[in-house]
Amino acid sequence: MKFTLSWLKEHLDTNATLNEISDTLTRIGLEVEEVINPASQLGGFISAKIDSVEKHPDADHLHVLCVNDGTHKYQVVCGAPNVREGLIGIFAPEGTLIPLFNERLKKTTIRGVESCGMMCAVDEIGIGSSHDAIIELPSDTPIGKPAADVLNIDPVIEVSITPNRAECLGVRGIARDLAAAGLGTLKPLNIQKSEGKFANPIKIGVECPTECPVYTGRYIKGVNNKVKSPKWMTDRLNAIGIHSISPLVDITNYLNYDLARPLHVFDADKLTGNLTVRMAHNGEKFKALNDKEYDLTDYCLGICDDEGVQCLGGIMGGMEKGCSEDTTNVLLECALFKPECIAKTGRHLQIDSDSRYRYERWVDPKSNIIGSDYATQLILSICGGTASDLTIVGSENIEPQVAYLRPERLETFIGMPVSADKSMEILRKLGFEVSLENGKIKAVSPSWRGDIECEQDLIEEVVRMIGLDEIPAISLPNNTFPKEVLSAEQHNAMIVKHELASRGMYETVTWSFADSDIAQYFRCGHDAIMVQNPIVKELDEMRPSILPNLLTAVKNNIARGYPNVAIFEVAPVFTGRNPGEQHIDASGVRAGSTAKKDWSGSAREYDVFDAKADAIAAIAAAKGPFENPQITPDAQSYYHPGRSGTIRLGKNVLAYFGEIHPSILKKLDIKSRVVAFEVNLNNIPLPRQSSGKARKKLELSQLQAIDKDLAFVVDKTVSAAAIIAAAKNADRNLITDVRIFDVYEGSNLPEGKKSVAISLTFQPAEQTFTDKDIENLMNKVIVEVGKKTGGELR
Amino acid sequence: MENLEDLKSEILNKINAVTDLKGLDDIRVSVLGKKGQITDMMKSLGALPLEEKIALGKGLNILKSEVENAIEAQKKILEDKALNEKLATETIDVTLPVRPETQGRIHPVSKIYEEVVAIFGEMGFDVANGPDIEDQFHNFNALNMPANHPARQMQDTFYLNNDPTQPFDMDTAYVIRTHTSGMQIRTMEKQQPPIRIIAPGRTYRSDYDATHTPMFHQVEGLVIDKNITMAHLKGCLYDFMKAFFELDELPVRYRPSYFPFTEPSAEMDIGCLKTKTELKIGAGTDWLEVLGCGMVHPNVLRAGGINPDEYQGFAFGLGIDRLAMLKYGIPDLRTFFESDVRWLKHYGFTPLDFSSMTGGLSNNGGLAR
Repeated sequence: MKFTLSWLKEHLDTNATLNEISDTLTRIGLEVEEVINPASQLGGFISAKIDSVEKHPDADHLHVLCVNDGTHKYQVVCGAPNVREGLIGIFAPEGTLIPLFNERLKKTTIRGVESCGMMCAVDEIGIGSSHDAIIELPSDTPIGKPAADVLNIDPVIEVSITPNRAECLGVRGIARDLAAAGLGTLKPLNIQKSEGKFANPIKIGVECPTECPVYTGRYIKGVNNKVKSPKWMTDRLNAIGIHSISPLVDITNYLNYDLARPLHVFDADKLTGNLTVRMAHNGEKFKALNDKEYDLTDYCLGICDDEGVQCLGGIMGGMEKGCSEDTTNVLLECALFKPECIAKTGRHLQIDSDSRYRYERWVDPKSNIIGSDYATQLILSICGGTASDLTIVGSENIEPQVAYLRPERLETFIGMPVSADKSMEILRKLGFEVSLENGKIKAVSPSWRGDIECEQDLIEEVVRMIGLDEIPAISLPNNTFPKEVLSAEQHNAMIVKHELASRGMYETVTWSFADSDIAQYFRCGHDAIMVQNPIVKELDEMRPSILPNLLTAVKNNIARGYPNVAIFEVAPVFTGRNPGEQHIDASGVRAGSTAKKDWSGSAREYDVFDAKADAIAAIAAAKGPFENPQITPDAQSYYHPGRSGTIRLGKNVLAYFGEIHPSILKKLDIKSRVVAFEVNLNNIPLPRQSSGKARKKLELSQLQAIDKDLAFVVDKTVSAAAIIAAAKNADRNLITDVRIFDVYEGSNLPEGKKSVAISLTFQPAEQTFTDKDIENLMNKVIVEVGKKTGGELR
Repeated sequence: MENLEDLKSEILNKINAVTDLKGLDDIRVSVLGKKGQITDMMKSLGALPLEEKIALGKGLNILKSEVENAIEAQKKILEDKALNEKLATETIDVTLPVRPETQGRIHPVSKIYEEVVAIFGEMGFDVANGPDIEDQFHNFNALNMPANHPARQMQDTFYLNNDPTQPFDMDTAYVIRTHTSGMQIRTMEKQQPPIRIIAPGRTYRSDYDATHTPMFHQVEGLVIDKNITMAHLKGCLYDFMKAFFELDELPVRYRPSYFPFTEPSAEMDIGCLKTKTELKIGAGTDWLEVLGCGMVHPNVLRAGGINPDEYQGFAFGLGIDRLAMLKYGIPDLRTFFESDVRWLKHYGFTPLDFSSMTGGLSNNGGLAR
């Protein structure tokens, strides 16, 4: 909501400065967002008179002026077409800071003639955009005065109005609040009752009094809509960013912002038959002023003539029966529409307008007649014409809201006592009718306030006028010893982040949305969860996996010249559209190499084992079963079918890992290999409450362990895990570790075979192994591996 | 005996002159070996008369021991020399950089989450989580925002058709939560007062410009008990802000505002100094809005199943991303979500940078590498 200082003073009699006004507005809840005061940059500019004008000796379009500021005379070279002797304008002497150029003016010589200053156009002093001519002030303007004083510059104030303060969407409401805050007196409205000179020829009927409790209409004949709106009005509208269109439109706009009073004006000659206020029929069409056609439903309120809906009541006028330059007879509407009806229609049809904005908040139900009178007064004075009687359908007698305030509640609610007298005085100044009833303050809301429903609302009124800063600040009472506040799941998520970061990955945060073009490959059989109204096409689906976003990030980083990327995110993914059908994934991708090439040659390309290690580390960080995971080579279809795996606990999938399927990388135009993992943190079982912190007792053998190596030739399809499991199974007590130290596939092996070399650790239990013991153990391993995998000793 | 003296000086000269271990060993063999000079002389002692035998034997023993010592000493010198020569050939340019390693990073959003949890945890708050996809009851209606409430227009809501087999209906559709305030209701549904929770999480609004992103992060706070007043609200938030910005003093002010779910409602500003190049929190003449708050509206308590005549309290909502920007001087909100590895490295935090009120809120991970 914007307004100018002079506009405010039309309603408020005050001596307060602009700063005082601005500070008070913010303090009482009308937050000032911006004050634009062009006068603040007018230092140095003064009014001055052109004493004489001579042609420049050496340039046709230039003149040499003698400028007089009352104490000095200056020679000035000027190119403006409107220079003349006796003109009083704004003069910038040498050294003045010119806002347009943000530079100080210097003495110059123009075509051999010295110029000591400048007569200014509006653009040069920042109060307009025109550069056609120098400013001409009235001939009685005193000279030698600061420009800000003689220009009558009006500062613009912009405040943010919260939805509960609809009356402050008009300047008068703001003035009233400032007066209540002690910053002046509210001036009475100077509105005359318009006497009708004839009967309204248009009959008005209201079929839906619930949605439209009051409708007033007045016929005005013989108006001239070709005249210009008065300067005072267009100046104010311009200042708040509304362009003058025609007097009739300007007047409705002006009342919207002056009294927060929406109006509508029909071209009466275009109306067919009588006017009916009714609910629209389902499917009824309406072409609005914004040139769009809408399909209406039966909750939309229409102002209709015999040909159909001509105005979407309280929201927007129609294209066909509105006013134009040639309009001569009008019907002026000033009505009350119920907020719920306006809000619903506006929301469903997605139409925004100043009128809707006001009606869906609150329009003073007692402002219909006064609004009509004020608009009539302005129309008659600007456009001429003759007004009819006012047709009033319904009644303005609307029951005001009542709320009660127990004076002692202030202390128990805001923590500071306020006397009943003080509270009553504040409420009275705000326009409430106040009385004491059984020790309670009874407050009857003024008609312009629609937001006061309960005791807390009244407390807020008192508090905002006293000032929130007056309330003491008291620390929360705390009688308990600080305890761990994160739940086990929350704690896991945090630790997993730190674990993955400690593995050299960067944590990132990406949208919960994804691009359905990419996300479709990651849905794993779930339905797409599409956003009804995505902000952009690329964010149209609730992501089924974090990977689409991480892959997009990889692509973008590669495009920026950073091909080595290792990033992760711990955040929700969505498996269904119902609340709660989501879980937390810890997902990461690695693309490119571990580092750029360097002297040590240690940089290497990321491969599937990096992703596997990340997944296992994340599971471990979340206290999941990482030591003997069930790992099978069957990850989701967006992974490379031969280079990916699934980690399970029973039926539950804990993680997927692997290389991203090349066809998906191709779609994203990523040329390097990308490995990825997804750990579903919600599938990791939480530790039992009963499990203590004590470690299992460490049993250390005094006997020396020994390592022995064996190599087996097996089918290529035999997994490493099967060989390890078989070897371990050979003696569960004495074989404490099995490691794979070589895998070889080559020409000197039979077709379809590979050689796998394992290193075994034998730990004696009671006495040192003899050679025979070791031989026996080795044989057990050879037999077991042979039995389980078909492997033969190489 | 004079011969022995001559022999001794002859041998010692040879020992001292030798320059390599092999030469030294040759000398040892030639003097002390099985057929060495001194060995031979000792062998020949047997043929001498007793007195001579004793005298010469003694002399030879002394000589032998002196030679042995000399060889040992020379050996040590030569070994040291050889080692030094070997080491000299092994020189490595230690100014070469270390092998590449990447220190990971924690995103500022996670860091601020941990700081906020540490502070409110100390004040006895629990941390609540809730769904990102919400029904309108929890996101709006229960928060005193019925379907046609104008405040709904303030929040550009993302909708989700709750039944894709049916046409979209704005009044029954799910929403992607516009705030974490719905957690007020979900908490009250589960728990009677006293309540002290914060609910951090992702929030979504259809807004995308220099200062708005369609997703951002909020922390909702809720305190309900019998005697909680607006003075506690001010005290709690002041304590939080001071702790968060790690300042002993912090100017604050409150402005009346409006949220449907609180009454009275306020916005909190903190004092700062804005210049073209920096923003200094805690000093100066400018004000920065940091959060919205208020006393919980009786309708909200009722919607959560709590009797407003018995209990009262306050709620607040603050922006995690905004707090990150203010505390750590991050200029642009949009960059939080761009996954630019340069940004993540620069504005991210080291893996060991955990937050605690007693162990330090920030700077716990050492310098970033």
